[in-house]
Amino acid sequence: AALKDGVRSQVSAALKEGRVTPTELCQRCLALIKSTKFLNAYITVAEETALKQAEESEERYKRGQPLGILDGIPIAVKDNFNTAGIETTCASNMLKGYISPYNATVVQKLLNHGAVLLGKTNLDEFAMGSGSTDGVFGPVRNPWSYSKQYKEKSVPKPHSEGQESDWVITGGSSGGSAAAVSSFTCFAALGSDTGGSTRNPAAHCGVVGLKPTYGLISRHGLIPLVNSMDVPGILTRCVDDAAVLLGSLAGHDPKDSTTIQDDFEPFELPNLTDVSKLSIGIPKEYHAPGLSSEILALWSKAADLFKNAGAKVVEVSLPHTRYSIVCYHVLCTAEVASNMARFDGLEYGHRSDMKDSTESMYAATRREGFNDVVRGRILSGNYFLLKQNYEKYFVKAQKVRRLIANDFVKVFRSGVDILLTPTTLSDAAPYTEFIQEDNRTRSAQDDILTQAANMAGLPAINVPTALSERGLPVGLQFIGRSFQEKQLLTVAKWFEKQVQFPVIQLEDVKRHDSDVFQHQKSASFS
Amino acid sequence: LAPWIPVVGLEIHAQISSNSKLFSGSQVQFAAPPNSLVSFFDASLPGTLPVLNRRCVEAAVMTGLALNCSINKKSLFDRKHYFYADLPAGYQITQQRVPIAVNGSLSYSLCIDNKMSQMVTKTVRIKQIQLEQDSGKSLHDDTRCQTLVDLNRAGVGLMEVVMEPDMCCGEEAAAAVRELQLILQTLGSSQAVMAEGQLRVDANISVHHPGEPYGVRTEVKNINSIRFLAKAVDYEIQRQIEELENGGTILNETRAFDSKLGCTVPMRDKEGKQDYRFMPEPNLPPLILYDAKSLPANMNHQQVINIDWIHERLPDLPSVKREKLVEQYGILPEHSFTLLNEDGLAEFFESVVKQTQMKPKKVIGWILNDLLSYLKQHSLTVKESPVSSFLLADLLNLLEKKEISSTAAKQVLAELWKGEGKTPLEIVKEQKLELLQDQKKLEQICQAVIDGHENEVIMMVLG
Repeated sequence: AALKDGVRSQVSAALKEGRVTPTELCQRCLALIKSTKFLNAYITVAEETALKQAEESEERYKRGQPLGILDGIPIAVKDNFNTAGIETTCASNMLKGYISPYNATVVQKLLNHGAVLLGKTNLDEFAMGSGSTDGVFGPVRNPWSYSKQYKEKSVPKPHSEGQESDWVITGGSSGGSAAAVSSFTCFAALGSDTGGSTRNPAAHCGVVGLKPTYGLISRHGLIPLVNSMDVPGILTRCVDDAAVLLGSLAGHDPKDSTTIQDDFEPFELPNLTDVSKLSIGIPKEYHAPGLSSEILALWSKAADLFKNAGAKVVEVSLPHTRYSIVCYHVLCTAEVASNMARFDGLEYGHRSDMKDSTESMYAATRREGFNDVVRGRILSGNYFLLKQNYEKYFVKAQKVRRLIANDFVKVFRSGVDILLTPTTLSDAAPYTEFIQEDNRTRSAQDDILTQAANMAGLPAINVPTALSERGLPVGLQFIGRSFQEKQLLTVAKWFEKQVQFPVIQLEDVKRHDSDVFQHQKSASFS
Repeated sequence: LAPWIPVVGLEIHAQISSNSKLFSGSQVQFAAPPNSLVSFFDASLPGTLPVLNRRCVEAAVMTGLALNCSINKKSLFDRKHYFYADLPAGYQITQQRVPIAVNGSLSYSLCIDNKMSQMVTKTVRIKQIQLEQDSGKSLHDDTRCQTLVDLNRAGVGLMEVVMEPDMCCGEEAAAAVRELQLILQTLGSSQAVMAEGQLRVDANISVHHPGEPYGVRTEVKNINSIRFLAKAVDYEIQRQIEELENGGTILNETRAFDSKLGCTVPMRDKEGKQDYRFMPEPNLPPLILYDAKSLPANMNHQQVINIDWIHERLPDLPSVKREKLVEQYGILPEHSFTLLNEDGLAEFFESVVKQTQMKPKKVIGWILNDLLSYLKQHSLTVKESPVSSFLLADLLNLLEKKEISSTAAKQVLAELWKGEGKTPLEIVKEQKLELLQDQKKLEQICQAVIDGHENEVIMMVLG
């Protein structure tokens, strides 16, 4: 088996048949992590525990009693999920060195299925950002920066600058997870999605990024950004694998009162051949200012693809889309201000040496522990929550949120099954260009296409579609009805098959791991 | 001088009697080793979420029903933000927008004079009851310039009962709180022992002239007993009146009651008005309660609370118990108050009545005058009484059968208090306290006395 293989399609069988062992997979992934260190995708690599988990998995396979498809599969987890005994930092000074005493429910579920936890991935500090550039451990580099496809298209620079300055961002905030999956160091990764933080980096890194319906997957143990919008996100290299992960994670959690009570049945995705009964909606407001002509063309091509295959493709309107950024800004910062109040240096995490008084200790701890982005959002949020401002801002934003959610309800009620939109405005920007604007500006720009789904709690998925003129991935987004992940993923899988997105060709990596490209075929699954 | 009308409102925090805390599974226990009852959620570890405790909701519904409130079928949870060492999350989860119960009333009784011979019934409106988290405890160690924080209490469930400013003095406030305490203890929703911090009272006090708007009010905290509550309220009323009559003004401030000095003093650490930046608690959906009509057919009973079901199972409240005692035993209303006021006394009384032929109207005197005063003198509870209801009934039977006089009975009782295990009959025999009923014997004794005191008899006959 190759590291680039799909779990469901190939690796699971290979493990069962003994063609590859969990230990081998784990070791190869760990080796690849080491050789791709320059990507800065991982904050913590849990080598010892991973190998132990792999050994235990191997024992189970030997006994013929694997726990399921995920048994022995190496995965990575974004560093804002609690992992017992393994440092959880949220890429912040506030939690540097913080060893959590418990596992997030989703982490525990993965471990219960036998998955091998390789390590914790890099992110924007406390998941605030759209570039994975604003964490204390430095920015994450998009693996595609080192791909043959990108290098072929880029203008050769004078030798003194070299490749170093050319690298592009992963997008964010789950950039580490996206890069890890994209560079084959793991088969799947957990991210989080509050305004697009899983779908955005998925699009830029050419991987599948699934945002489930709010309330389907437990948030217990996910360090919150916006409690009313956060969801754990799933990053994989193919849609089938996203369905596998979803199957192992979804379902009611008594520890999370916002998860629905209904039983969840894991599903296998059918191979859809007939799309004539489908109605695809194209929301005109997603032709947003700043949308690159490339992506616009790709979106149009995708719509035609469905039409030519017999589906009904209609233009729809989500009129309140343009208010979602401001609305998100108010609600997000308000919840951030509240959620960050617990970081006072007393019970855990960073505590300043300032001892003059409790208040001064709080102030110094929080100044030292949080970066500018976090502090900026706390200040804004507290402003909006002041008694004299509450009605004007917070309550107003809640009402606007209701309008945004209702837009979707109306459209789905009119007979549309799935919405098709771009995921990002353009392909990944070079780091040096990206950091010209501040975090808030970038977030406001980049979130526009993904955020409304969080407002409405709807499931949405990025499917890698094609390469841009610069040789970088571009993805398209499908948005589905609440709790209709099966339909959403079925359509996504059909689309994935149609577009045949190319496999990344990582030359430097190839030199270090000859196994990666054992089967240098196209990405189609037989 | 124009008269002053004092206005007193109360905010009462009652700790819910439950095995675990309001939003987490850690245990609720008084005086446990510091930080031994703290779950990850209580410590505000990042990523933890609140899970509502069913028992706490039931306690609040029971209390709301007992106080004649409307129970809100939908109530909401909010975050109230402020920074303090005993509040790990930086916010308290409470119910600010829509609490669980509203618009109730509490009836309580006062004696008009000190002799408990005339009682008058008053009513105070209950504005609302809300569920909220208790905070931890912080101890300031000034010598070492440090603060020690114990989170055992952090997250324990509280019912905040808000009483409208319908009271006018310390006595009324004390009586209202006492009645609330009895109700809570009867329901079992809170043990309401003030000394253990299970019942905390803050008083809001202002004064004004008749016909004028209400004056500026102060909040008085740190009141540790019902007795101190009356003192604190009366002191503050007096202080405000004096201040205003001397041309001063009342500040809208928080004051603490200093029990040693018997006065209220401004509290230093509450500077200015705090903006708590209330926000809905996003991790808890609205709390939905049902009644018999609205209960959906196929609901899992573990997951729902039926208000009517709870209503049907409410025990007799103190006011009802008192009425029943008066009706059943023919005792005075004042007596019924005293019986219920002392833990276990009503049961003791009823037990004695069952075991004796003496009429309850007579038994009550022995209970309230002799038994109770002895217990009070020696600071004993009814449960700790060395004289059991059996022994007392035994004694009263002797009295009722006229085998001893009432003076003798008191003597026997004094002996019984020693708790040496003797029965009343044994004591009577020992101390030769039997009443002689035999006419002939009595004549013999009298004759003997007369015979033995010849001189005195002659003096008496001569005049």
